[in-house]
Amino acid sequence: MLRIRKWGPAALLVAPSLVAIGVFVYGFLGWNLRVSLSDWRGLRATYDFAGLDNYRRLAGDTRFIDGVQNVVVFTVVFVAGTLIFGFLLALLLERGIRGEAFFRTVFLFPMAISFIATAIIWRWLMSNASGAQETGLNKLFDSVGLGFLANDWFKADSYWAVASVAIAAGWALVGYIMALFLAGMRGVSDDLREAARVDGASEAKAFWHVIRPMLLPVVMSAIVILAHISLKTFDLIYAMDAKSRKIETPALYMWFTTFEGLNFSIGAAIATLLVLGIALVIVPYIWYSVRSERRR
Amino acid sequence: MVSSLRRKGMALAAVVAAASLALASCGDDDDGGDEPAGGDTGQASTEFEFFSWWTGAGDSEGKQALLDLFAEQNPDVEITDAAVAGGAGTNAQAVLTTRLQAGDPPDSYQRHVGAELQPDIEAGLVEDLTWLYDEEGWRDVFPQDMLDLITVDDRIYSVPVNIHRSNLLWYNPAVLAEAGITAPPTSWDEFLQQAATLEAAGKIPLTIGPSWTQKHLLENVLLGELGAEAYSGLWDGSTDWESSEVVAALDTFTEVLSHSNLGEAAADWQPAIDPIIEGDAAYNVMGDWANTYFATAQGLAFETEYGVTTSPGTEGIFNFLSDSFTLPEGAPHRDLAIEWLRLAGSQEGQDTFNPIKGSIPARTDADPALYTDYLAMPLTDWNDPEIELVGSLAHGVVAGGAFNTDIDSALGEFVASGDSAQFASAVKEAYEANQ
Repeated sequence: MLRIRKWGPAALLVAPSLVAIGVFVYGFLGWNLRVSLSDWRGLRATYDFAGLDNYRRLAGDTRFIDGVQNVVVFTVVFVAGTLIFGFLLALLLERGIRGEAFFRTVFLFPMAISFIATAIIWRWLMSNASGAQETGLNKLFDSVGLGFLANDWFKADSYWAVASVAIAAGWALVGYIMALFLAGMRGVSDDLREAARVDGASEAKAFWHVIRPMLLPVVMSAIVILAHISLKTFDLIYAMDAKSRKIETPALYMWFTTFEGLNFSIGAAIATLLVLGIALVIVPYIWYSVRSERRR
Repeated sequence: MVSSLRRKGMALAAVVAAASLALASCGDDDDGGDEPAGGDTGQASTEFEFFSWWTGAGDSEGKQALLDLFAEQNPDVEITDAAVAGGAGTNAQAVLTTRLQAGDPPDSYQRHVGAELQPDIEAGLVEDLTWLYDEEGWRDVFPQDMLDLITVDDRIYSVPVNIHRSNLLWYNPAVLAEAGITAPPTSWDEFLQQAATLEAAGKIPLTIGPSWTQKHLLENVLLGELGAEAYSGLWDGSTDWESSEVVAALDTFTEVLSHSNLGEAAADWQPAIDPIIEGDAAYNVMGDWANTYFATAQGLAFETEYGVTTSPGTEGIFNFLSDSFTLPEGAPHRDLAIEWLRLAGSQEGQDTFNPIKGSIPARTDADPALYTDYLAMPLTDWNDPEIELVGSLAHGVVAGGAFNTDIDSALGEFVASGDSAQFASAVKEAYEANQ
C-alpha cells in the first residue's frame, strides 16, 4: 500500500505519454516491421507472410544500394563538416568578440528556415547552368576571377553531388551545433581555467587539457542529433532535385516506391532498415550515457 | 545566454506546433465525415468534395470554371475543393492513398486515365461507370481507340475530361533561321543531322529537365523510331523489349540526349524551356501544357515567336494523356458525385473546362470556335478518324504503379550509363514481374 502511494502518482503522471509513445512509436514500428514481412502491393492492404523476400529484393536493388552509398557520404560530410565548423564558430564567439549576440543570431537563423526553402535557395546557389542561365556560386566565382572553382555541384557525376547537398544541410544546422558547443564551453567553470593558469598552462594548453575533455558529452549528443537527421533527410533532397539518382537516399526511394509504385511492403522494409541504421548510432550513445551516469 | 536562446527556440517550436495543430483541425472540418450518406437516404446531399492536384496557372482556373458551373446547377450545395499541390500529382497521390485506405474517400477524385487507375480498380475503390456511359451515350462521342484503352474487363471506371498531347516538339523559329534550318526535323535521324548544325552555330539542340521529362522524351523517341503499333506493343507484351529494333531505338535516345543540356538539366520543365525562349537553344519535347507557358506566362506569339510540330517520326500519331474523374466506392455524397460526372462528361462541361485549362475535350463533338491558335491543331487531329492513338508512359496511361516506378529506377541508370541492352532487359523483367 505504502509502496503504491510512493510510485503511484508518478506512474499516473507518465502513463499518458507512455501509452501515446507505446502506440504511436513502438506500436507503429512493430506494424511497419510486420508490413515489411508481407507481400502488400497495391491499394488494398494484404498481410500474407512473405518472410524476408522484400529484404532480399532490396539487397539486389541497385537503386537502393546506390542510395545507401549516397546516404553514407552525406552523413560523413554533413556530420563532420557541421561539427568542425560549429566548433570553430563557437570558439570564435567564446573569445568574446564584439556583437556576439548579433553573430549568434545570424548563425542560428538558417535553422529557422524549413529544409524546403533551404533547398530552393541552394538549388539556385549551386546551379550548374552556364551562359545566360548562370546563377549563384558559379556566377560569383566567375565574376571574381575564381572561375576554376565553378563546378557541377549536385549535378556532378561523382559523390561530390551528394556531398554538396550535405553542404546545404550543414549550413542549416551549423548554428545549432555552434550553440551546443558554446553552452558546453560556457559550462566549464572559470575556477578550473584559473586553476590551470595558476599551474602555468598556456591558453591553448588549458583549452586542450581542461575544456576539451569536458566537451565530449556535447560532441556525443551532437553526433547523435546530426546522424539521425542525416538518415531522415527527405525534404531537402526532394526539393533540390527529386528523383536524381546522384543524390537519392533510401528515405526518398522509400517514398517513391510506396506512394508511386504502391509497393507498400518494400517501402516498409526500407523504413525498417532506416530505423536499424539510426539505432546503430543511438544505441551506443545510450549505452555510453547510461554507463557514464552510473560512474557518477 | 544560451539558455535564453533555448527558451526562444522552445517558444518558436510551440508556435509551430500550435499552428500545425490548427491547420490539421481545419482539415478535419472540411472532411464532413459525420454527414449522413446522401446516396443511401434518397435525400439530396448538400455537400460535395472534389479532390485534385490542379493548383497551377490554367489548371486551377479551368477547374474553378467547372466547379462554378456545377454550383450554378446545384445552388444549395456547399462545394469543397480539396486540392493538393505538387508536380504531376505526386503529393496529391500520397494524400489520396492515405484517405482511400482509411475509408475516407472524397466524392470524386482526379486520376490520369489508363494504367494509373488500375490499382484503384483492383482494390475495388472505384465504382463501375459503364451504366453511366450507356445512359449518357458517351460511347458514341469518345473515340473508340481511347475507349479501348480505358476499358478493363468490359467495364469503364472513370470519365475523361480533357486530352493533352505528349508527342510535340517546341522550337524557336528565330534560332532555326539563324542556324539556316528551314523546318523542324521529321525523324530523329534528321534531328541528329540538325543537331550538328545547331551546335556549330553555338546553340543547344535540345533542352531537358528533371527525370520525368527524360521519361517523356524517351517515350516519344521510342514512338518516333518504332511507330504506333510497336510502341503500343511495349506495354501489352507484344513487342519484345530486347528485340534489336527496340535496342536500336534506345541507342537513338542516348544519342539524342548527348545533344541536350542533360549535364545542366533544369529543375523543372518551365526553366528547361527558357533557353529556347532566350534564343540559346532550339528544341524541347514537351506536352501541350507548354503552350500555356509560352503564350500566357511569357506572352509570346504563336508561330512567329514559338512554334510546335509533332515530335520527330510521329506525324499522324496522337500520343495522349488525359485526366479523368472517378466515383469512389463509398463516396459520402454519391448522388452529387454522379451529377458531377454527368457534367464533366457533357459537351457543356468539357467546353467550359478545356479552353481555360489549355487542353482539348475528350469528346469529339467540341465547338471548334473555342479552340484557337495552338489548340486548333490537337483538336483537328483528335477528331481525325485516321489518326493513330497511343497512350503516354510518363503520364501513366500505359504503365502505372509498380511498373512505372521500376522503369524510373532503370531509367536513372540508363541515362547515366547509356547501356541500352541493360535497360531493355531491366524493363522486360519489370514488365513480367508486374503482370
